[in-house]
Amino acid sequence: MARASARNHAQDARATKLLVNAPFLPSMFGWLVWRDLILAWRRRADVLATFFFFVLVVSVFPLGIGPERELLRSIAPGVVWVAALLASMLSLGRLFGNDYQDGSLEQIMLTPQPHYLVVLAKILSHWVISEVPLIIVAPLLGVQFGLAQNTLGVIALSLLLGTPVLSLIGAIGAALTLGLRAANVLVALLVLPLYIPVLIFGAGAVSASVAGLDTQPYFLLLGAMLVLSLVFAPWATSAALRISVE
Amino acid sequence: MLEVISLGCIRGDRRLFKDLNFSADRGELIEVRGANGSGKTSLLRILCGLAQPAEGEVRWDDQNIRSLGEEYFGSLAYIAHQNGVKDELTAIENLRIAGGVAGNRLGEREAQEILARIGLQKESYLPSRLLSAGQRRRVALARLLITKAELWILDEVLTSLDAAAIALSSRFIGEHLRNGGMAIIATHQELNISATATRRLEINSSVS
Repeated sequence: MARASARNHAQDARATKLLVNAPFLPSMFGWLVWRDLILAWRRRADVLATFFFFVLVVSVFPLGIGPERELLRSIAPGVVWVAALLASMLSLGRLFGNDYQDGSLEQIMLTPQPHYLVVLAKILSHWVISEVPLIIVAPLLGVQFGLAQNTLGVIALSLLLGTPVLSLIGAIGAALTLGLRAANVLVALLVLPLYIPVLIFGAGAVSASVAGLDTQPYFLLLGAMLVLSLVFAPWATSAALRISVE
Repeated sequence: MLEVISLGCIRGDRRLFKDLNFSADRGELIEVRGANGSGKTSLLRILCGLAQPAEGEVRWDDQNIRSLGEEYFGSLAYIAHQNGVKDELTAIENLRIAGGVAGNRLGEREAQEILARIGLQKESYLPSRLLSAGQRRRVALARLLITKAELWILDEVLTSLDAAAIALSSRFIGEHLRNGGMAIIATHQELNISATATRRLEINSSVS
């Protein structure tokens, strides 16, 4: 068993070795992102679980409601966005949890670079691992709701702008609840209220597109939220991490 | 130079120590001793800047470490109870990534040489979850061989190491001290490290 997994691992190691050797990692930031990507690849079952959660939740609705085109079209924006919200929340425990348990979070926090960048690197890799697959698959899932082609594009674009905000805000909650027993429940209570504006404008963009209205205001607002959370969330997260690690 | 000025620590509602004063100059080794629960780990975490003291301050080259921030982290290597070794990564990846993240880039061959020095040449491509507790500890100790940090803060690093590994790590801690580094080590064991100056710091939690 151990040998089989070692062999498995050797294959993995070979697959990523080339990239670990790559000279394109000039900065500590790059190493940190790359580290998390490798770790996620080695633990891909965890990542796939949230991905399939999203796919299943979205797919169950058309099956449950039946082929009523108008109804499906009007609920699609909400369903896709709520599922993305929940999937994003499910993955938050991974953001700092594993590193906290084996002591590598302390090591990362003691690296000679600003905590803002450290946290930003963790959030960026978390977003790539947990959210980007959702953005890619969401337009495909939208087909089940009979959405028009340009609406499918709007889904992807709204998720592209909105999910980084979810990761950034979620990181604050994940950092605050680090090491607590009921962390998963607490993180939902902390973070869901803050997710609501993103949900409203994200789903709003898709709804507007379904109704044939202008989607630009929604995107502008989502972009503004992204900029705002990009500035403040890593800072708040690093403050929360310092409290939790202590 | 590290200076500790009237440091006090409270965990929960228990006072661990107060009015702790000492300093460490280049080439000096400080052994921190005390019973279980006396606050050795808390002290070391305060020295690292991971925890805040209840009172007093820690100064590095005449500046409070809180105001130095990440500049201080560059001159510091900390090994805790928990190794910070990722189970999913091989020993060599652990070392190279830890180096890269801390700003000490390391080629694959260099990493292999360092692991060989620490007695893990055969295990360098095994995922760390297959390693024994002592071997994982060796992977963590290998980080000390790649760091340029002057101040090593080591928390019970010798636990679960075998006699050969203890001798080896004592040797390279001694080497570090001779090169003008400093080390603060919390331990229950007798250390056999050749240092120009060794000081013992006893913490007893009986203070009030």
